[in-house]
Amino acid sequence: MLSGKKIIAIGERDGVPGPVIAECLEGAGLEVVFQATECFV
Amino acid sequence: MNFENQGVIKRLADQYGPENLAVVLGNGEANGVEVFAETVTQGDPSYAGPLAGVALRIPVYHVLEEEVLSALPDNLREEKLQLSLLVIDVEPMHQLLKTAREKL
Repeated sequence: MLSGKKIIAIGERDGVPGPVIAECLEGAGLEVVFQATECFV
Repeated sequence: MNFENQGVIKRLADQYGPENLAVVLGNGEANGVEVFAETVTQGDPSYAGPLAGVALRIPVYHVLEEEVLSALPDNLREEKLQLSLLVIDVEPMHQLLKTAREKL
């Protein structure tokens, strides 16, 4: 599923921010190639 | 999804191939999720950004979906996502994203 994929992490300021998603996925051995945090207003 | 991020995703898809990518979202509410998912699968629904008319068909997940959570080490899940799991209702987002993934 996610295994072997390069991950794009798009977080949200009022949800889970991009750096947190990236840290979690990298901790699972996945390769995060881009992370950002959007502000959805 | 803002245009800058759309541009980066388009470049990454050109570089790695969209079939080798997955998007993981962290939205707090379901109303943004559908637009994000549509943008990286069918193209920008506003027809204004770099992904307008570009159907990348990249699978999209939410970080709090069981499919993602189950892949994470216990300590990271508890330390980084425990609070979000309490306040974010992931079920409506799971239903939206599951449907979007099944259409790919």
